[in-house]
Amino acid sequence: MFRFILSKLLYLVPTFLGITIIAFSFPRLLAGDPVLLMAGERGVTPERHAQLTAQLGYDKNIVLQYFDFVGRLLHGDFGHSLVTKKPVLSEFLALFPATIELGLVAILLATLIGVPIGVLAAIKRGSWFDQISMTGALVGFSMPIFWWGLLLIIFFSGYLGWTPVSGRISLMYYFPNVTGFMLIDSLLSGQKGAFASALHYLILPSVVLATIPLAVIARQTRSAMLEVMGEDYVRTARAKGMPPRRVIAVHALRNAMIPVITTIGLQIGVLLAGAILTETIFSWPGIGKWMIDSISRRDYPAVQSGLLLIAGVVMVVNLLVDLTYGLINPRIRNK
Amino acid sequence: MKLLSRSLIAASALALYAAAPAMAKTFIYCSEASPEGFDPSPYTAGGTFDASAHPIYNRLTEFKKGTTEIEPGLAESWEVSEDGTEYTFRLRQGVKWHSNEKFTPTRDFNADDVVFSFERQANADHPWNQYIAGVTYEYFNSMDMPNLVKSVEKIDDYTVKITLTQSEAPFLANIAMPFASIISKEYADTLEAAGTKEDLNNLPIGTGPFRFVAYQKDAVIRYAKNADYWGPAPLIDDLVFAITPDAAVRLQKLKAGECHLMPYPAPADIEAIKADGNLKLDEQAGLNVGYLAYNTTVAPFDDVRVRKALNMAINKQAIVDAVFQGHAEPAKNPIPPTMWSYNDAIQDDPYDPEASKALLEEAGVSGLSMEIWAMPVQRPYMPNARRTAELMQEDLSKVGVKAEIVSYEWGEYLSKSMETGRKGAVILGWTGDNGDPDNFLSVLLSCASAVEGGANRAFWCNEEFSNLLQQAKTNPDPAERTRLYEEAQVLFKEQAPWFTIAHSTQYVPMRANVSGFVMSPLGDFTFETVDIAE
Amino acid sequence: MSDTPVKLSDAAIRRRMLAEFWFYFSRNRGAVVGLAVFVLLVLTAVFADVLAPHNPTMQYRDAILVPPSWAEGGRPDFLLGTDPVGRDILSRLIKGSQYSLFIGIVVVSIALAGGVIIGLLAGFFGGWVDVLIMRVMDIILAFPSLLLALVLVAILGPGLTNAMIAIAIVYQPHFARLTRAAVMGELKRDYVSAARVAGAGNLRLMFKTILPNCLAPLIVQATLSFSSAVLDSAALGFLGMGAQPPAAEWGTMLAEAREFIQRAWWVVTFPGLAILISVLAINLMGDGLRDALDPKLKRS
Repeated sequence: MFRFILSKLLYLVPTFLGITIIAFSFPRLLAGDPVLLMAGERGVTPERHAQLTAQLGYDKNIVLQYFDFVGRLLHGDFGHSLVTKKPVLSEFLALFPATIELGLVAILLATLIGVPIGVLAAIKRGSWFDQISMTGALVGFSMPIFWWGLLLIIFFSGYLGWTPVSGRISLMYYFPNVTGFMLIDSLLSGQKGAFASALHYLILPSVVLATIPLAVIARQTRSAMLEVMGEDYVRTARAKGMPPRRVIAVHALRNAMIPVITTIGLQIGVLLAGAILTETIFSWPGIGKWMIDSISRRDYPAVQSGLLLIAGVVMVVNLLVDLTYGLINPRIRNK
Repeated sequence: MKLLSRSLIAASALALYAAAPAMAKTFIYCSEASPEGFDPSPYTAGGTFDASAHPIYNRLTEFKKGTTEIEPGLAESWEVSEDGTEYTFRLRQGVKWHSNEKFTPTRDFNADDVVFSFERQANADHPWNQYIAGVTYEYFNSMDMPNLVKSVEKIDDYTVKITLTQSEAPFLANIAMPFASIISKEYADTLEAAGTKEDLNNLPIGTGPFRFVAYQKDAVIRYAKNADYWGPAPLIDDLVFAITPDAAVRLQKLKAGECHLMPYPAPADIEAIKADGNLKLDEQAGLNVGYLAYNTTVAPFDDVRVRKALNMAINKQAIVDAVFQGHAEPAKNPIPPTMWSYNDAIQDDPYDPEASKALLEEAGVSGLSMEIWAMPVQRPYMPNARRTAELMQEDLSKVGVKAEIVSYEWGEYLSKSMETGRKGAVILGWTGDNGDPDNFLSVLLSCASAVEGGANRAFWCNEEFSNLLQQAKTNPDPAERTRLYEEAQVLFKEQAPWFTIAHSTQYVPMRANVSGFVMSPLGDFTFETVDIAE
Repeated sequence: MSDTPVKLSDAAIRRRMLAEFWFYFSRNRGAVVGLAVFVLLVLTAVFADVLAPHNPTMQYRDAILVPPSWAEGGRPDFLLGTDPVGRDILSRLIKGSQYSLFIGIVVVSIALAGGVIIGLLAGFFGGWVDVLIMRVMDIILAFPSLLLALVLVAILGPGLTNAMIAIAIVYQPHFARLTRAAVMGELKRDYVSAARVAGAGNLRLMFKTILPNCLAPLIVQATLSFSSAVLDSAALGFLGMGAQPPAAEWGTMLAEAREFIQRAWWVVTFPGLAILISVLAINLMGDGLRDALDPKLKRS
């Protein structure tokens, strides 16, 4: 097992190096110049421009800059944002909990609804429930979520007035930021109604973000269940007279869950991409929106380290999925 | 779903009562942008100043609310030497600094703070100059303070003398700008001792009407009323900025009562806001100008007749109607009408295609083809440059001029438009910093800035015009300055380096029960005078 | 596949395979509906100029934000209403179908061609070529696709062409991985060794012998990518990085309409609905294709 983990980790090293190259170089290929953007309509003299460029270290050889970048990374220094002048890492960490919270609630929603639907659809294969839910899943899978979000805002916030338009919690509540997760902080604060308010503000964004993963999970669960139920041991169990409910619970469900868990793990990329759109629509203060803003402001360090951190998170989650898979299935481990 | 939401609403409504027992007045402002930081000096964005300089800090001089005139701030009075180079400021006594968990002031505001606040920006070797890596003092530099200020000296605890290298009339307006906010030296010392210098930018301490409480990045900023404020005390107890970048979402929140006031509504929503009984709308001509700058050093645009002819070919009113949807005033001068010394006697070039054709013929120009540069972004002075360019293109074609519309990425647009050999006329604009005409005319049209990298995109260098500006700048007498600027505007119109487009109107929608908000011609949002009726 | 001992001509085999394919495909009712909608969409795109009641870029200054014809204040000549500058929404949607199909085709072609070539190289040559190529693919896949596409478009400059290129680059690793896996599976088969013994060159082996045998998963992936391309390009358009106004691309239309969500539901609703319906149709088709082409699923 240890060797398996080690080999996986070693395999990641070159990939991660590649990621640093992309994360470093892509933002630097962006047309435009942060110094000019800061100066705006006022203009900046060539001397001042050169001086500022030098101060930011952008006059050096680009290869040297790359090694500087990697060298600082090794010391845990992700650079300072050109716009806010603050450490990129602290900016990222300040916003990341908001994205995680939204993402976790969304994936929870997707799993808790998607898995039962998939199981039920598989059991009642061909029934009206199967047909309707799978059509619904396909609609969800095909949904342009940025439009879906707008529709929900118009209907639930605008027309019915049930849900707030944007934000993370009612401004009436104020408590210190302990974990950055509003649901947890609101509980810690002990203020009455704070948790409910945080939940209330989370509903629409998480529904929107959960739409596609929900559809994927429901479909995947159904097909995994169908496959497992066709396997010999399930048939045998059934033939032996085991009650159908027990067959499903003991054999089918457990085995079908392996690919489903993988699917859920693989949704992280989908979630992060979806977060960019969801956060934009709901003015949700997370890293998706931060990345878009940083790109348009040509905030090189923010974009570079942002890309790196996001890719790092994706990689770690994929690794965890891989390892779980290896744990469950020894054949992969020993290959 | 339905049931769930209802019960949640009931829960939060209950909580709302529970949370506000003392009926503290909380004013919520749906701001547009996140502040870059809370130290005003390193930054340039208006949204940052609204969150830092205006609520938290004060300056030696201040802009009188709703005007661009100067009034005493932390300096109660001042004397200017005969030659206009020495300013002696008498400081206000008994001004209390804010306090927070890490800092309790032991003394009032005094001359040390003033010296500190200027020194750290002026002197690159000052221990607080680079208190954050890579910090620059852009406004201090672009207002030419490094060359202008010779020294800042403490005479006694409540007297400071600032010596300039030359007489400079706009100086008092310059130091009323956000970058010149006064920082507590004692707080800086405390932070330095604790080894947490960057907290100057994160946990600000000032003398202003509101005390900083907390900032949650990209989401909420909280302030509380400064009970010891030296000026008139604020009427609200708590001030909250709910950061909402999207104009449509801001309006939705305003309508839903989730905030009391918002900046920058979408032009398309103005009529609907006016019609909404729960809202009201303040409006004011903005301190800005949008223009089309010819390159006056390149033929045939070096010929004033050609420039005049093109100016007469373009239908300005059509642009104001179609692009600004009427929410702007057609511009005839390079400075806006709300600014002192605006010369209203000037006649704009008429829209007259026939005269334009004749003038082009007289200049010996036929079959002219040119570029019109349209910037890729929306700015306060120009909602849609592309559409403006399209309208110009059509008008110009009617006088036989073929125009091609060109655009670049914004950063590139800014730099390419500053290249001296540039072909083509550039759409751009300006928003005033300090309400002084010099801040428009010198920056945008003087010989000094008609260089590579300068903001004079017309590269128009007229000695007579520049001399007038120089005289006005060094003359402390407002009446005399006004006369000189009026004269400069006549010269500008004669020489037509620009096609002046429009001064866009600024709108501020708010809940109907909000009172006391004063629009600032400088575009600032300040809340010490606002109140909410129950 | 079939065990008939009778020797059949190539054409006959092909006909039989097609018939078999259609048999499985048509069993899936959703797929048939999807196909029908897709055919309609193609016809709309082809005949857009004839079908559109108005010029899609014509601004009717007297008809700004007119509601759909059935709603109060609607006008019969603007069936789905008009947008903020008085353009007919129906005509713009019809024109937009061209963009979406075009985007789908271009993105899939680039991603497919690039991915197949890369995957063939990796699978066929193995060794360090394989390692290098697959590493690069891993790196691309480590970034969330929309984020990487956003950065790429920002580098190349906002616009439809660049958006398509960016999306194709982001999609291409999926094809490369599929092709590689299929190739590695096929390489071990007898018919490949036989061809090699018979003296077939590398190129011939790759493209004529192996590739046709890994087509099924590629076709399924291509359909999936087609629908994702329509979605992602609309998302880029919505974020202001895709097709630029005044192009009648659906995502761009949504982006422009956003500030009017308070006042005019129709400018927001219809472009999104158009995206949803086309993507749904393509995905339905994709499901049917998978059922018909994937022998493993056929069994069950």
